[in-house]
Amino acid sequence: MKKLILFSAIALFSFSGFAQKETRTVPSVNLIDLEGNKVNTSDFNNDGKPMVINFWATWCKPCVAELNNISDLYTDWQEETGVKIIAVAIDDSRTAPKVGPYANGKGWEYEIYKDVNQDFQRAIGFQSPPFTCLVDGSGKIVWTHSGYQEGDEEELYEAIKKLAAGETIEKH
Amino acid sequence: MDLKKIILFNIAAFLFAPVFSQGIDQVLSKGEVHGNFQMDMQYYQEDSTIGAQAVAEDVLMNAFANINYTNGNFSAGFRYESYLNTILGFPTGYKGNGIGYRYASYTNDDMTVTVGNYYEQFGNGLIFRSYEARGLGYDNAMDGIRVKYKLANGFHVKGIMGKQRFYFETGEGILRGVDGELMLNDFFGGKFAESKTKITLGGSFISKYQVDQSAQFNLPENVGAGAGRFAIQHKKLSFAGEYARKANDPSADNGFIYKEGEAFYAETGYSTKGFGLTLSAKGVDNMSFRSERDAALTDLQINYLPALTRNHTYNLLATLYPYATQPNGEIAFQGEMVYKIKKGSKLGGKYGTGILINYSTIYNIDSTAIPTAIDSNRLGYEGNIFAIGDEKYYEEFNVEISKKFNKKFKGIFTYSNLVFNQAVIQGKPPQDYPTVYANIGVIDLTYKLNKKHAIRTEIQGLFTKQDQQDWATVLIEYTYSPHWFLAVMDQYNYGNKYSDKQIHYYFVSAGYIKGTNRIQLGYGKQRAGIFCVGGVCRNVPAASGLTLSITSSF
Repeated sequence: MKKLILFSAIALFSFSGFAQKETRTVPSVNLIDLEGNKVNTSDFNNDGKPMVINFWATWCKPCVAELNNISDLYTDWQEETGVKIIAVAIDDSRTAPKVGPYANGKGWEYEIYKDVNQDFQRAIGFQSPPFTCLVDGSGKIVWTHSGYQEGDEEELYEAIKKLAAGETIEKH
Repeated sequence: MDLKKIILFNIAAFLFAPVFSQGIDQVLSKGEVHGNFQMDMQYYQEDSTIGAQAVAEDVLMNAFANINYTNGNFSAGFRYESYLNTILGFPTGYKGNGIGYRYASYTNDDMTVTVGNYYEQFGNGLIFRSYEARGLGYDNAMDGIRVKYKLANGFHVKGIMGKQRFYFETGEGILRGVDGELMLNDFFGGKFAESKTKITLGGSFISKYQVDQSAQFNLPENVGAGAGRFAIQHKKLSFAGEYARKANDPSADNGFIYKEGEAFYAETGYSTKGFGLTLSAKGVDNMSFRSERDAALTDLQINYLPALTRNHTYNLLATLYPYATQPNGEIAFQGEMVYKIKKGSKLGGKYGTGILINYSTIYNIDSTAIPTAIDSNRLGYEGNIFAIGDEKYYEEFNVEISKKFNKKFKGIFTYSNLVFNQAVIQGKPPQDYPTVYANIGVIDLTYKLNKKHAIRTEIQGLFTKQDQQDWATVLIEYTYSPHWFLAVMDQYNYGNKYSDKQIHYYFVSAGYIKGTNRIQLGYGKQRAGIFCVGGVCRNVPAASGLTLSITSSF
């Protein structure tokens, strides 16, 4: 018994250097762009500048409200921080063909992708859209938010500005 | 063990530990654990006016947690589910606790292999779609092995084998299938890769095996289904289609006939900044496809036949008369146009005005029953999925106008005209349930008190002479960004011809959101209704009482 304790103590001491990091890598999943090309999510990049990955669906009213509200501010946001918004539609084959015409019909300028069998949704891990992830220059998710209420885009923008300025973001 | 050896071993471990632990550390520190959690709980009270029952357990709860580990190319995880006992309206097969999903997967640039449970889809899902809709209790996850290969640029192949999830067990049927997709531009490369015309072709095949234990029939043990598809994108235009055929598949769904099944799907779209148009058509004939012949409701479905109707979210539009695909035969058409009238123009106003027009119609397919006396092959009927029959199942015309009036005030105005064949869609006797003709209007207004506080109001009305006559819904929602919300809703059947059925279904809810954590408490009455998912509808009983819902992602 004593031997076991001694051995365990040593072992524990040796492994004490191990600690799980807080940041999260964007999971690697294949999506389709509006032209039908397969795109892998680990290839998303914005030259070191912040990226927002926003999950939406054509049938999700708060998602459309969020993307409409941000669309009015997007040009300013891009000028000030260089942020890029990637809008991933989780519409399944019932409404997936409408995603492109819908996003264009609303006049949005985001990069749109389709997650037809919700593989990316499952990999990120959330139940209902909207769901927003803020990704830093090295491809790590540093801030996430579930749902949307009028005014939430302000909180998102505060986080984007901090990230663009090189500050660390508090995991909220 | 000798004491000397122990001491020597420990000294060695101590000296080498930093090196050893650094190596392990580097590997382990790239590993990440993430997941999500949800719990729904409902306390039931008896309410005879709406037909709500109390339950023996007082409180019913569903909960689950997904936990996933990823480290470089490797990932593994599981979902633990708890139904103690399952809430009313959920499929009753969910009982007790268990691990409903577990997997391990390895992926690199050219291939992915997954063992255990997985979800997958071939093409549009006409012959195979394994997916989950947790909020509706739908889960036909596969349990087996899946491999995906990139054989060349633009050429992808997937293979699956396994059994389908049946609550905490698996169905009897064995499934095996393969799907190939060829993106011509990437495959041929060179000048073709730069072309403005993108063409993708795909083909899939799936087969199920279930033993024949019938004394009455000589049932086919192996049933195969195949599909071919294409998708063309040329600048702003898109055109795609898929055709599927299923071998003879006598089942409880089709009355054990030996007719083959067919389905087609076609869509075309035009999309440019400020304008989008989609036109689609779908035909289905005898395409119910399950891994067990006697399965019913939402159990063990292999394929996915979505309704070609608008996916509504407003309460009266979504819950009173939802359409469900008729797998035994239907032909559907839908058109949708989305347009943004420019900012600054006369009609558009300062911010522009959004217009959405949607129309869909669904008919039976032209078919002739074969009299049993001469139906020696037991085919049941002759049908043609490209020929429209005489019986209208559904028709809907929607107009939605979105307008922002000023910085503080905006609104969405919706009008819908609906024709709903209750007898066919809900399986009721036609003499007592005539087709419903309804007009529905929704006014959805949002007023921002200041940057963080907003009030949203919905006023909905459904006007019809049939079924339960007129309804009105009023919703008021107050939100305080980013954390708080409070909503009060009343759904009132004011027009019901029976005055004792003119009931108010009120519901109050409040909640708190922080990051990815959300907790919501609600109290009130829920109308009995019908939940439709992927072609199958389920009855949800009336309920009264308290609900609590918690979700988190980590």
